[in-house]
Amino acid sequence: MLALEMYRSVAKTALGKVAGGRMPLLLTGAAAPLRMVTLDPPKVVHDGWARLRVSLSGICGSDLGMLSGKTSLYFQPLVSLPFVPGHEIVGELIDPCGDLAAGTRVVVDPVLTCAARGLEACEACARGETNRCSRITVGDISSGLQTGFCHDTGGGWSQQLSVHRSQLHVVPEGYSDEQALLAEPVACAVHTARRAAVRPGDRVLVSGAGAVGLLATLALRELTDAGEIVVVAKHAHQRELALEFGATEVVAPSETLRRIRRATSAFMIEPEMMASPYLLGGVDVTVDAVGSKESLQTCLHATRAGGRVVLSGMPASADLSAAWFRELEVVGTYASSRGSGDFATALDLVGHDAMCRLAKTVAPYPLHRWREALDHAHSAGRLGTVKVAFDPRRTN
Amino acid sequence: MTRPGFVLEVDDRTPPLLVHEGLGFRLEEFPQGTRVVYPPESLPTVPDVDAAIRESLENPVDSEPLRELMFPGMRLTIAFDDLSLPLPTMKAPDIRGRIIEQVLTIAAEKGVDDVEIIAALALHRRMTDAEMKHIVGERVFRSFAPSGKLYNHDAEDRANLEHMGVTEKGEDVEINKRAATSDLLIYVNVNLVAMDGGHKSVGIGLASYKSIKHHHNAKTMVHSRSFMDHKHSEMHSSAWRMGRLIGEHVKVFQIETTLDNEVFGRPYDTLLKREWEWSLRDQATVLGLRRGLAVAPQKMRHKMFHDLRSNYGLTGITAGAVEPVHELTVQRVHQQQRVKVEGQSDVMVMGVPYLGPYNVNSTMNPILAACMGLGYYFNSYLRQPVVREGGVAILYHPLDEGFNTLTHPSYVDFYEEVLADTTDPALIGPKFEEQFATDPWYVHLYRTSNAYHGVHPFYMWYWIAHALDHLGDVIWVGGNPKAAARMGFRSATTLRDALEMASSTVGPSPSITYLRNPPHLLADVR
Repeated sequence: MLALEMYRSVAKTALGKVAGGRMPLLLTGAAAPLRMVTLDPPKVVHDGWARLRVSLSGICGSDLGMLSGKTSLYFQPLVSLPFVPGHEIVGELIDPCGDLAAGTRVVVDPVLTCAARGLEACEACARGETNRCSRITVGDISSGLQTGFCHDTGGGWSQQLSVHRSQLHVVPEGYSDEQALLAEPVACAVHTARRAAVRPGDRVLVSGAGAVGLLATLALRELTDAGEIVVVAKHAHQRELALEFGATEVVAPSETLRRIRRATSAFMIEPEMMASPYLLGGVDVTVDAVGSKESLQTCLHATRAGGRVVLSGMPASADLSAAWFRELEVVGTYASSRGSGDFATALDLVGHDAMCRLAKTVAPYPLHRWREALDHAHSAGRLGTVKVAFDPRRTN
Repeated sequence: MTRPGFVLEVDDRTPPLLVHEGLGFRLEEFPQGTRVVYPPESLPTVPDVDAAIRESLENPVDSEPLRELMFPGMRLTIAFDDLSLPLPTMKAPDIRGRIIEQVLTIAAEKGVDDVEIIAALALHRRMTDAEMKHIVGERVFRSFAPSGKLYNHDAEDRANLEHMGVTEKGEDVEINKRAATSDLLIYVNVNLVAMDGGHKSVGIGLASYKSIKHHHNAKTMVHSRSFMDHKHSEMHSSAWRMGRLIGEHVKVFQIETTLDNEVFGRPYDTLLKREWEWSLRDQATVLGLRRGLAVAPQKMRHKMFHDLRSNYGLTGITAGAVEPVHELTVQRVHQQQRVKVEGQSDVMVMGVPYLGPYNVNSTMNPILAACMGLGYYFNSYLRQPVVREGGVAILYHPLDEGFNTLTHPSYVDFYEEVLADTTDPALIGPKFEEQFATDPWYVHLYRTSNAYHGVHPFYMWYWIAHALDHLGDVIWVGGNPKAAARMGFRSATTLRDALEMASSTVGPSPSITYLRNPPHLLADVR
């Protein structure tokens, strides 16, 4: 079967990290530690596992970060190279899987928990906090925090992979593949909204209007009693979508602090020596949905004392002085939690009108056009796309 | 002999005419038949300024001589116009400083010890020490500033504001407490244009937002026709009501001065001359300036213009009771600036220069440029606007200077937030004004830094309300398209393009009037 495989290449990773920012084409060319390969189809060895034929698999920001060498080395022991990326997956079961018959259309919750690893539930899994599983490097399968980072399971950027029953959610009748594809990122957004612990009337800032930011905005609007939700967006289409997804106001990155200052009657402090300005006062909750240093800095600097900063994108390093001085709660939000029913909620949200419209804009690529697909994904914001995906069924 | 203002009709012998556009100017060829309004040449100035000041104080209008109004133990407050007047800043010594020196001499002779001097800046930015010193002079500054007796009015200092009552129309009158509780309040003004002075001096210059908001709003501004004609200006009517109420509580001794039209000193004085009278030397100067400005970076051009000091001479000074003094002042201003214009035109052309009242030592941001053109120049008329209702205004300014966040912090938010929402002056007031006016950060910057009050950009937009109400289209020649669009206007590269664009509103052969301003002029449109 055809698959895209990420492999170990220190030289390519270093090149992408050093030069990828200036020469983006390198990230999908010479510096990409990704190749198209023909692999043996997956074999089901352990109970509860089945083969899945991939219909669509999305390209996520974390995939791009990994391929361009930007992901922290912290994650290095949590993956098993070489592996097939792709953790946003919708497909059809080739084999029956527990109570699910072959041919059932499912979406995958990619977290590889104790259940999938054939282990007794760790404390986190026992509480239903599956995204916090402590056993993601051991068990029946090789190390890997999720499907799409694990050698043994394979990933969505291929024609087939193996999945565990604990990961599967049946796609409701009437949903298109594109809608179903969005269930996983929406589940992450649902989890983000829960972790944000927004109180009624709270002012929220969502920094970023890519897929993560837009879906977080939708989840915050639909699942919390947030008052004003201000979204930071770079591009015109993102501004429109953010408003459609529930933003009260959309601002450009350069305007963010000023607009938040105005809206909250905060004081703006401008330190000397090129340091970033910050607010005394600000919004109650900020969500960093970009994961860049600038975005995280904006969140830290726009949150009121005692407020909450939610790290929704994979975070970059930033000056944490504000977190200390303003006594901010800096909260991580990773994947989704099975105990909280994030995925079920997400599948409901995917039926939202705005999501239906968004699903129609998903840009599918066949596997062999992976360089174009990654180029497109790298420039998605500029090109007016929210989600780029692989469709292994396509030949062109 | 001073030549009066006149209206030139462009014909095939008319040379290209000078048009100001921000930190530069261009020579423009206007279509034949264009009317060009030139202001009168400078009136003769007072030969002995100190003697004229002395004379005005000793023989005031409808008032006892100043000396007789003073007595030992009294509270004396002197207020003066801030750096927004005159434009450009006049060469030292400033006329206000010379007047204040003589007032202080009389006070000292009369044994008056309790004297405070206040810059009447209303909601304008605080002046720096250097700016203050330039106006009052070194000696006054050194004698009063260190002891805190010379200071900027603070319209947000609740403890030092006095609510004096409400007018018959329900307008709050709240002014500086020191001024309100003085035995004598002397106001020293520079009446650069007809809208300045009178009851506007104390009633606005020393007032708070609570008071000023009664006349600085879109409704009042639309019905001020024009600001330069205080008897037909709603804003002035309101200020007059307030001033009369103030006069019931505190004795106001008004000293008003008028200036000639010597706006620029050398080498820029050539820019004031009529183009067909330029000597070879003048032409060389203009050519040199244009070439120099074309290659100079913006920062340098900014410095070249903003370092410029005017050569204004005093054409008259009158002191005494506010209203009779102001009547005489307005007569002198009219004599200096009034030009008779027969009938309105379809198109009005204005060159917006580098400077307006609110960007002295700062930048002319797009909102200020709009205010200068559509607020001040458009309103420089008596009887009726130069352009007919539904006509087109064509303005020259690049709209590219950006915002100075030190002096105009709320302008940035106004531009990005308010104007993005609506450009209708009647709508922005109810929706946004209060938020900006009471924003604690803007209040803090106004009180402690050198920032205009948070509400100030709203006032700039209200100033243009009458023009927006009257005009069918506004086109900026050479204006940044994005900035023009944000303000609800259009931009064109050349005058020809602008006229082409205007043709959809006023037809292909419109009548055109160009106000050759500066120097200051007041079009008396019959």
